[in-house]
Amino acid sequence: MTKRGVVVAQSGYARSEQVNGWLFVMPALVLLGVFMIYPILWSLWMSFQVGRGMNFSFGGFTNILRLTQDPIFLRALGNTLIFLAIQVPIMLVLALLFANALNDSRLWGRNWFRTAIFLPCVTSLVAYSVVFKSMFAQDGIMNQMLMALHIIQDPIPWLADPFWAKVVIIGAITWRWTGYNMIFYLAAMQNIDRSIYEAAKIDGVPAWARFWYITVPMLRPVILFTTVISTIGTLQLFDEPNLITNQGGPSDSTLTLSLYIYNLSFRFMPSFGYASTVSYVIVVLVGILTFIQFLAARERRS
Amino acid sequence: MSNPIALVGRAATYLLLLLAAFISVFPFFWMAVGATNTSADIIKGKATPGGALWTNMVNFFSSVDMPRILFNSFFIAGVGTALTLLISSLAGYGFEMFRSRFREKIFGGLLLMLSIPFAALMVPLFIMMANLKMINTYQAIILPGVASIFIVFYFRQATKAFPHELRDAARIDGLKEWQIFLYVYMPVMRSTYAAATIIVFMANWNNYLWPLIVLQTNDMKTLTLVVAGLTSAYTPDFGVVMVGAIFATLPTLVIFFLLQRRFVEGMLGAVK
Repeated sequence: MTKRGVVVAQSGYARSEQVNGWLFVMPALVLLGVFMIYPILWSLWMSFQVGRGMNFSFGGFTNILRLTQDPIFLRALGNTLIFLAIQVPIMLVLALLFANALNDSRLWGRNWFRTAIFLPCVTSLVAYSVVFKSMFAQDGIMNQMLMALHIIQDPIPWLADPFWAKVVIIGAITWRWTGYNMIFYLAAMQNIDRSIYEAAKIDGVPAWARFWYITVPMLRPVILFTTVISTIGTLQLFDEPNLITNQGGPSDSTLTLSLYIYNLSFRFMPSFGYASTVSYVIVVLVGILTFIQFLAARERRS
Repeated sequence: MSNPIALVGRAATYLLLLLAAFISVFPFFWMAVGATNTSADIIKGKATPGGALWTNMVNFFSSVDMPRILFNSFFIAGVGTALTLLISSLAGYGFEMFRSRFREKIFGGLLLMLSIPFAALMVPLFIMMANLKMINTYQAIILPGVASIFIVFYFRQATKAFPHELRDAARIDGLKEWQIFLYVYMPVMRSTYAAATIIVFMANWNNYLWPLIVLQTNDMKTLTLVVAGLTSAYTPDFGVVMVGAIFATLPTLVIFFLLQRRFVEGMLGAVK
């Protein structure tokens, strides 16, 4: 009752509060509407249109049918999912291991290691891609080093072989983003109460078990966050296969969905309708995978 | 400590970290050494400094209109960053400080929109810019990124620590809401702005796909685009490419070493 009285007495104040709140938020909301909500809806509409250039006509499910019979699309989808399934787990496990090692305050040279592993995050995707391209030449430094260490006998045709080209792309993305994920884990680890570890230590719990049964469960929200971010990022992979392996080569073995959308819209005679259909495949994949990851995180908790 | 298993484990940890640090840093070394070598030497894997630095520099500056390109890059990244910080921090402040009926629902909607991939936006955005006759302009690059959901979220989180008493005191002193934002909030939150500036500037500076689509003439290109263009030749001159890559990396590298703590803070910002 009194609460209601207060609200009535303050209604003039509350209204100006409302108006001001909207004024602050409005510019961002308008811009998001124009440059995000409107395009994503338009893209949905376009994905049902057929035609070249700016001549559209309604095609119903023609584009979706075309997807199932388009070998290049299926290739791009397969490649993208391979990158996702192999690269993201490798990267996140490495990031967790490094973070765990660096979280030890007695570790010598801790700050140096952290800075070094984080350093790749500072480079632009383009700059590191062109540098990597030169490192993986047939007679390049990578083959030279591996041969000097007797890890391989003959030079590997990194960028000319479909399998090795994929390895290069996976290695490159892992190089660029492991340190980025690591600092999220490190920050989260520093928030874990040290006394939990002390107690476990006194009870004789070995280091690997402390990592697996204390650290990992405590980091679950951060692990979920990095998984979602990495998934969204990898599904949109464009810069590296465009630059390191020459537009998704050799023979489309590193072609990704983003690269294919780019080709369909800007490299060939544009077919914007079909390109939109392919882009909605990414939207749907992001949605499904994010949903599954949230479900998995919730299930493990209970 | 004398436990042999623990000792082996410790040695393995250092070995792993040393290897990771080496792999992380080596490409930087390779880029620096590469700038002093001829393209043929780079392809052959020569990892020692050579004498071609001057030739590479001359070739780079004769094939690239560097003042113009640098202006494009700094203008797009600078103006883009300033606008992004202003618009997005206004929204972050608004979401946290003012109660309105649909606030949480709209904010939840924004979080959902975080997962909209740019790949799905590039085609309609391109057609939109073409219809507005904005292809090959600065505003076409800058505008779509100005309302950044990440930065809105970042500022909302940071604003939770902003003391409400400061706002109440300013209101009693008769300041208008926009004055409070400008003269009280922004100075108090300057470290948040600093961290966000680094992140947004870096993202703008490094942006590749959208400028590649929208910027079409050489005089409008950014440094990132130019460096990418240098490798797309049939036989790229890698000595020149390395010089370009160094110029493209230098600004963010300098910012990183000067403001390391802020840098990391900014990256972590959105999830705290």
